[in-house]
Amino acid sequence: MSTVELKPKDLKSNQEVRWCPGCGDYSILNSVQAVLAESGVKKENMCVISGIGCSSRFPYYMGTYGFHSIHGRALAVATGTKAANPDLSVWVATGDGDCMSIGGNHFIHTLRRNLDVKILMFNNQIYGLTKGQYSPTTPKGQVTKTSPYGAIDAPFHPLNLALGAGATFVARTMDTQPKHMQKILKAAAEHKGTAFVEIWQNCVIFNDGAWKEWTTKEVRDDRTIDLVPGEPMLFGKDLEKGLHVECCETSIVGKEEATTWKADTASPVPGFLLAQLDNEPDLPNAIGIFRQVEQPTYDGLITEQIDQVTSKKGKGTLKSLIYTPDAWTVD
Amino acid sequence: MTTEVIRQEDVVIRFVGDSGDGMQITGSQFTDTTAKVGNDLATFPDFPSEIRAPAGTRAGVSGFQIHFSSADIFTPGDGPDVLVAMNAAALIENYKDLKPGGIVIANTGSFTDKDLAKAKLESNPLEDGTLGAFRVIKIDINERVIQALADSPLTKKDVLRCKNFYTLGLMYWLYSRPVEPTLEWLAAKFKSKPELVDANQAALKAGYNAGSIHELFQGRYEVAPQQNVAKGTYRNIMGNEGLALGLVAGAHMADLEVLLGSYPITPATDILQHLAKMKNHGVITMQMEDEIAGICSAIGGSYAGKLGVTTTSGPGMALKSEALGLAVMTELPLVVVNVQRAGPSTGLPTKVEQADLFQSLYGRNGEAPIPVLACSSPADAFDCAVEACRIATQYMTPVILLSDNYIANGSEPWKLPELDKMVHFPVVRPEAGDDPYLPYRRDEKLSRPWAVPGQPGLEHRIGGLEKEHETGNVSHNPENHQMMVEMRLAKVMGIRKTIPTPEPHGNDGDLLVIGWGSTYGAIRSAVEKMSADGMKVAHLHLRHVFPLPEGLPEIFARYKQIVVPELNMGQLARVLQGEYPEFRFKPFDKVQGKPFTAFELREMFTEMLEVVS
Ligand code: SF4
Repeated sequence: MSTVELKPKDLKSNQEVRWCPGCGDYSILNSVQAVLAESGVKKENMCVISGIGCSSRFPYYMGTYGFHSIHGRALAVATGTKAANPDLSVWVATGDGDCMSIGGNHFIHTLRRNLDVKILMFNNQIYGLTKGQYSPTTPKGQVTKTSPYGAIDAPFHPLNLALGAGATFVARTMDTQPKHMQKILKAAAEHKGTAFVEIWQNCVIFNDGAWKEWTTKEVRDDRTIDLVPGEPMLFGKDLEKGLHVECCETSIVGKEEATTWKADTASPVPGFLLAQLDNEPDLPNAIGIFRQVEQPTYDGLITEQIDQVTSKKGKGTLKSLIYTPDAWTVD
Repeated sequence: MTTEVIRQEDVVIRFVGDSGDGMQITGSQFTDTTAKVGNDLATFPDFPSEIRAPAGTRAGVSGFQIHFSSADIFTPGDGPDVLVAMNAAALIENYKDLKPGGIVIANTGSFTDKDLAKAKLESNPLEDGTLGAFRVIKIDINERVIQALADSPLTKKDVLRCKNFYTLGLMYWLYSRPVEPTLEWLAAKFKSKPELVDANQAALKAGYNAGSIHELFQGRYEVAPQQNVAKGTYRNIMGNEGLALGLVAGAHMADLEVLLGSYPITPATDILQHLAKMKNHGVITMQMEDEIAGICSAIGGSYAGKLGVTTTSGPGMALKSEALGLAVMTELPLVVVNVQRAGPSTGLPTKVEQADLFQSLYGRNGEAPIPVLACSSPADAFDCAVEACRIATQYMTPVILLSDNYIANGSEPWKLPELDKMVHFPVVRPEAGDDPYLPYRRDEKLSRPWAVPGQPGLEHRIGGLEKEHETGNVSHNPENHQMMVEMRLAKVMGIRKTIPTPEPHGNDGDLLVIGWGSTYGAIRSAVEKMSADGMKVAHLHLRHVFPLPEGLPEIFARYKQIVVPELNMGQLARVLQGEYPEFRFKPFDKVQGKPFTAFELREMFTEMLEVVS
């Protein structure tokens, strides 16, 4: 473990933060700074990469290395950066439009490769920077500037998309619960491989209250359940209720009968099941960790393969590369 | 009996057959042996874009042309002197290119009624007078191979597969080349399948012996080794391999390692394949999910201190254009290789064209100047790749390097660079000091410093939004934008100070021929012949297309006329016309998916000279 002592304020940049007052992004920024400061990673080894959108302004507000790239491509850029230097702790800040729409292809391929980066997807179900168009996570029927009669596209389910693409770490948290967010971000930071974290984020300007069914103080204890691997699935103000899963039915039970949550089963199916609770009006919706498995990372394999080939063939020189045995000499 | 040996200076042979007949192997074996004999040579394969077109049809014809000589040569030759046709379809698709009086060697075993029908022929071209202008040598190669391999344990089908080596043996005899190099190659190639080694070696020897025994030919030929070849070590190289080696060498000269992000696309894929093998040279290759990810991962790699490279062809280039702008804005080194093919859209993926010049120069949003280089031959590809790495790292800029199908798949002897004489251009990283790091503070070249993640005290943010001068902070200030746009252009134009003015080759006076890219060989052959005949014609070839080298107007002024032959609709001609309006640049265009022949260029140039005089 490193001995570097960092405070969250050491990770602030000198740039003024310019999100709308009341935007959920502020709380995410604070949580990331808090978690990274305690992560033991040296500041010079932290790198935040983003695409385009409100969330993608993130790197400018971090006092670390940062790259604000182009729309949808943060993960492609991050792939090169992490492959070039696997010692870096690479974080990608992205939104529902940036990640699931224009960047969808890079998203699924990063997950299947298990590149060791942390993806924070700020899901506000709307395009904020372009001022209020429906996004690939906007619910069907919602009226937005580009869906004046209601959106007719079925939305993506981010967690299921990630699970289906073979993600090794899938979690969900929300902007209004910084403590929970920090717990999840810490687990993501410690995961070796791609960590995908969906963050329910409120856009006060263009889609205020998108998550209120689950996130307001009044309802959240009864309407959400925090999945903690290895723990029984409990919820309610005093954690007096439990969830019981018996494939493939989920029901509310007393705390004694609650199923112990496992996020590392061979099949990701339990994760899928718990990710779908938003479709079950009588059940709480899940946040927490949906999947957490160990697999070799893409960047790790790149390095390993280079080492293997080098130890087998010897370190190549320019001379051996250019002056091959088929060459002939004219004197 | 002694066979007459006829000396020749210069020969072009084209091997043609079905894509399953192994013509590419036959051609490349003949090439390797010819290189060892000491001839100058140039080759070009021609294969169908369908991987497995129906056997025996015209769509399935595959060819390989080699031009070899005792003198200096620049192209794979206009038309062949000898056409070796393994079946009817191959003959009919190719015989028109033969030089008058040329030789056809036809495998009569594949001219049956069935073969003729597959080639959509109503009569047999070997018998109906089609080949009246040529000398036709008929051999039933199928039958000969079956006889020669009567004792082989192989099935008849597999025996017939050895016919390309029989043919190769025959050609080795005819052109007095040794069989040993190919015998050795076969032994190594099929090490684990001794029956295949035996059969193919036997076929090769049988073909060789048939030349002398059967008196098929009136004599045999000899093309003496090239004299006055520059001293040095050589190897035969194809364009894409030259590029791959040049990229690694260029990175080496900068004290960096290559990180390639790429996506397979014809005809650039070989570069990715070559680099993927070079892991023990520290090369990272990532076959990404698409073209955009290819370039973006390369940019991400450069950001972290590697030499980011992406390789593609025109359609992929189109997909990368937004990211090219990002590399311009973030001022990161990046080498982008476009191995051009005929377009637009999917176009003719296996055919040559030079029509992506405008795309390279202008195909981006905003003012996004990017240096553009073009290589002129397989051996030149190496030097150009090193030069691209130099410009990218010294000027912190993306660089576009243009090659094309003709260079990619062509081959020629390459004089290997003397490594200790190659110029180094090591990248120097900034160091943290007391003052805050200014990522956009420029040096005398207007280039910015390149700090990379992992360096303590230099933490900074970059991105696609306009940068404030020096600090690199986001800036919407109007004057700053104007200054930064001008600065980025001035930086790129400053590269001119480090590039030599090219010298025309030939005689001053009447006509200057300006070329770029793979037309080099055809133009050089045409001009060389004309200037040897005393005509006042010279050839100027541009490697740096943007920025153009200094001193060009002084050269242009030495000629009465200027012509710009291109495999497009006059793109460089228009660039030059815009840049130097005081001169007139006459375009000469060809867009048939085929290279220029030296002959057609000579005709065109002669016509221009006649009009004036
Ligand atoms: S538009 Fe919405 S998401 Fe964007 S900064 Fe404002 S509140 Fe936040």
